[in-house]
Amino acid sequence: MAVGRPVEAVAEIPEVAGRRRWLAVVSEFCRKRPLGAVGAAVVLINVVVGLGANVIAPYDPVATDYGAMLAPPSASHWLGTDAFGRDVLSRIIYGSRTAMLVGFACAFLGATVGAVIGVASAYFAGKVDLILQRVMDIFLAFPLIILALAVVSILGTGIGNVIIAIAIPMIPRAALVTRSSALAIREMPYVDAARAAGFRHRRIILRHMLPNVMAPYLIMLTAYLGQAILAEASLTFLGLGVSEPTPAWGLMLRGAAVQFAETAPWMAIFPGLAISLAVFAFNLFGDSLRDALDPRLRAQ
Amino acid sequence: MTRYIVKRLLLMIPTLLSVAVIIFFLMRIVPGDIVELRFAGESAYAQKENLDKERARLGLDKPIWTQFVTWMGGLLRLDFGTSMWTGAPISEEIRLRFALSLQLAIMATIVAILLAIPLGVIAALRQDTWVDYAVRIMSIAGLATPSFWLGIVFILGLLIIFKWLPPMVYTPFWVNPVQNLAQLIWPALAVGYRYSAVATRMTRSAMLEVLREDYIRTARAKGLWEKLILSRHALKNAMLPVLTVIALEFAFLIGGLVVTEQVFNLNGLGLLFVEAIGHRDYTLTQALVMLVAFVFIFVNFLVDLAYAWLDPRIRFR
Repeated sequence: MAVGRPVEAVAEIPEVAGRRRWLAVVSEFCRKRPLGAVGAAVVLINVVVGLGANVIAPYDPVATDYGAMLAPPSASHWLGTDAFGRDVLSRIIYGSRTAMLVGFACAFLGATVGAVIGVASAYFAGKVDLILQRVMDIFLAFPLIILALAVVSILGTGIGNVIIAIAIPMIPRAALVTRSSALAIREMPYVDAARAAGFRHRRIILRHMLPNVMAPYLIMLTAYLGQAILAEASLTFLGLGVSEPTPAWGLMLRGAAVQFAETAPWMAIFPGLAISLAVFAFNLFGDSLRDALDPRLRAQ
Repeated sequence: MTRYIVKRLLLMIPTLLSVAVIIFFLMRIVPGDIVELRFAGESAYAQKENLDKERARLGLDKPIWTQFVTWMGGLLRLDFGTSMWTGAPISEEIRLRFALSLQLAIMATIVAILLAIPLGVIAALRQDTWVDYAVRIMSIAGLATPSFWLGIVFILGLLIIFKWLPPMVYTPFWVNPVQNLAQLIWPALAVGYRYSAVATRMTRSAMLEVLREDYIRTARAKGLWEKLILSRHALKNAMLPVLTVIALEFAFLIGGLVVTEQVFNLNGLGLLFVEAIGHRDYTLTQALVMLVAFVFIFVNFLVDLAYAWLDPRIRFR
């Protein structure tokens, strides 16, 4: 016990310093890049709304009310109702949950797997590198939406499969970007040192090289967040993504929204605005993050 | 130069071959085949005999390697075979739709260029002013707006404000140019705006870089017109990366406009692709994938050639 105390006291110092440094970084980011901070705020709101959908939403997103079909925006239904009398605002709020889930899951999966492949490709070099690069080239030749279509038709629809379908085409692009950064890191003395210390390949790749490609990794991650949300909306709109009754923005634009566009334009306009605003916020944030992290751009 | 071109063309073969292998086996992994799908609609009890007979007619009863070799043999002679679903020759199925997709891609690219280059140049010249910020917000918004939704909004706007709807039936350009353009200009605007975003930002950053070069300072120092400096010296040199971005996007537009085509009721390659996959039409899907991959690889190749042609400093090995 007596030994425990001083250790605790020592451990506290870096933690406090760490927290202060974080706050300083965040406040500097807000001051220097106001557009990025606005983006981050909107992203945060989206996440909170998505997580707390069941508390925030005024109505049940799937409850139909045949007395209030295609009702225009009013005090009781702020953004109107759809062809089944479902509250558009509540559906958008619940849709945020789906969009954020798909966005974060796809971006994380795509960027992480891509980064591991990219770093491994740079680390092993030679034949492994050549083969991995050719495989990535082949996947790059397929347009993203077409590759996603093929994956969905193999695995079927549903949120989990949609996430995989969108993440897979992202992998080669992320691999390409991280590989070019990792090529330089491979030549660093600490990688040689790790190899000399007799560490396994896996440990060198995951513990020594991967943390050092954080900047391109974060840039890819934020860029993918918006793309994933857009891809999910597109797939869902085609009927190949999330399916009823799960509330999703792409789903709200399908069928009836176009059919009743003239009499009930709110059905088509608001979900689209929700998609655009969310992706816009992610892009704004990602853009500023890239400016802040990319030393090449900082020098200018 | 000739050696380089030949080498690049030869390198396309293994890539295309791998695409062929992947799509061929991918299609056969997808659960359900065309025969089951076709008979599923007719009755709950499709006789196994009939299924087998149909499979034999389509050549699906042969070993998978034989099927692959037959298909590859056809590809070498540029013979894509017939669609399994409709029975029509694939070259005919694709021709009209390819013309439509190509026209739409060209129009969207023109819209993107007309937006991107002036906006990018202005943003670069007025760096860090409100003009720059406005252009930046506009291009980020362009990337964020799904073009299919923008299409819906366009249709809605035309309907509500002008009480007019663009024609919903496709007329080829050579039959009635006015009708054709009246239909295609809207999707071209929606898609072009979205694709101008990346090109705008590329133009801006390339211009910023070039404007710092010594030769621009020299041109200014010798008292050349600012207009001439911009058009002859700066813009020309800044166009290289912009060209790459625009060309690669063009390649993508050929087969990637699935959702926009759906909104505007256009029978392009994208929708054909969705139908083909839905029907498990092996031959048609394979042909489409090969076509789209070829366009992508070929445009990549052309971009590299254009690079060397525009920038004599780049030498080929």
